[in-house]
Amino acid sequence: MLIKKPGDIPSSEITSKSNYFTRRKFITGAAATGAAIAAGLYLRNHDGPLEDTVHAGSKLSGIVKSQYSTTEKPTSFKDITNYNNYYEFGTDKYSPAGLAANFHTRPWTVSIEGMVKKPKKLDIDTILKLSPLEERIYRHRCVEGWSMVIPWVGFPLNALIKQAEPLGSAKFVAFETVFAPNQMPNQKSNDVLFWPYVEGLRMDEAMHPLTILAVGLYDEVLPNVDGAPLRLVVPWKYGFKGIKAIVKIRFADTMPPTTWNIMASNEYGFYSNVNPNVDHPRWSQKTERRIGDSLFAPKHPTLMFNGYSDQVASLYSGMDLKKYF
Amino acid sequence: MRALKVLVFLLCLTPLGLLVWKGYQQDLGANPVDVITRATGKWTLVFLLITLSVTPVRKLAALPWLIRLRRMLGLFAFFYGTLHLTTYVWLDKFFNVQEMLHDIVKRRFITAGMTAFALMLPLALTSTAGWIRRLGGKRWQMLHRLIYFSATAAVIHFVWLVKADKRRPFMYGVVLLLLLAYRFAAWSMTKARTARKQQLAISS
Repeated sequence: MLIKKPGDIPSSEITSKSNYFTRRKFITGAAATGAAIAAGLYLRNHDGPLEDTVHAGSKLSGIVKSQYSTTEKPTSFKDITNYNNYYEFGTDKYSPAGLAANFHTRPWTVSIEGMVKKPKKLDIDTILKLSPLEERIYRHRCVEGWSMVIPWVGFPLNALIKQAEPLGSAKFVAFETVFAPNQMPNQKSNDVLFWPYVEGLRMDEAMHPLTILAVGLYDEVLPNVDGAPLRLVVPWKYGFKGIKAIVKIRFADTMPPTTWNIMASNEYGFYSNVNPNVDHPRWSQKTERRIGDSLFAPKHPTLMFNGYSDQVASLYSGMDLKKYF
Repeated sequence: MRALKVLVFLLCLTPLGLLVWKGYQQDLGANPVDVITRATGKWTLVFLLITLSVTPVRKLAALPWLIRLRRMLGLFAFFYGTLHLTTYVWLDKFFNVQEMLHDIVKRRFITAGMTAFALMLPLALTSTAGWIRRLGGKRWQMLHRLIYFSATAAVIHFVWLVKADKRRPFMYGVVLLLLLAYRFAAWSMTKARTARKQQLAISS
């Protein structure tokens, strides 16, 4: 059961810094200008693409539909938010939901660094305004053999990358999850995995329009258990590539280490593209169980690149995908 | 004794009862097959370990009558093992023989699991008084030592299937190791005692 504790002061009730200062202007400015600003503020707070609310469960607005969405029936909100892997909180798929409930997603800064023209630290609320939010209903295939259909809300990663202006020599993008052992119980030791969790993409994969940074789910602010406030979604790769609670994005000219690959390089490759023809050493990847199906429903056949071949197969042309799994 | 047996019997059925009840209430979570697989697997292992602890507890705590529960406990290990295997064959593989054969050959954790089950099978079949008589106590006992290997294979099966967090499978491993260590200690003590007796017999 999810018990929601109310925060001290909902962030929605805190006047944002920008509003605070523009209000000052309003007081000192002429009445007409003031009225215009007030009207502007009203629109900004009520009809703008984003409100300064950050609670899981609060609605995101101004979301546009995307041609990349699948028409398959989305998995229920309950299943998406109560069944997933988030090893920082718990190693089974049921406990993270409860353990992540009080995770703090504000204040939150993401460091853009490495081989970029403009290294910088971006506040999450700035990132949220970087690009129009889109709904992306994607198939999600876990390496363990189960799948969902998830209506993410986010924006293309390439929008952020273009802003950062990576150097021509940057060939890879590395991501890092927050290290917060006080909030993430399993980070207190390295018994399970080495922390923080790290992931990476080749630059062309990172720039691909299907690759998004997700900030929401079902039109709402992303629930903590699904990687709030900011997570990666690469729909043609196994789910673990979708690193959660990102605090660092680094551009590099060499292939960055990735957590599961460090853990078991024979089982989890850097690419980890969904591929029914390459078995996991311990189980077949030919089929998948769609979460929400009835107990006796047959499994679904797993599709090459999780069904996104038309869009992404060209990225890997000429590559031996059995070798580069 | 009869009442106790009935009580233990019902107690042994509770894990299954809970599972069925949760299923009926649609309370098996997002991935019911996964929950059923894990629960039946866990209880197979637990019953194997309980069965193996009958002798040490009986001897150490001087509760000789415990032996009369051992067969039932062992059969429950087999019962949950059968449910576990059925879940795999039916709900995971949907009777696809080719896929299963492929699994057994290629996936070592499946190989280990199948071995654990295969080793339990003759024990379940020869669990009756008739079979004890037919085989003779000594030979029957020898045969039933297969449970050491079955339990070991079951723990290995668990260790190999886990992705990263091996704490729980290792916990079962430690318990099994203690139970086997007791037997080794008991065996070497008896051996030493017999040797001493023989020596005494020779010298006298």
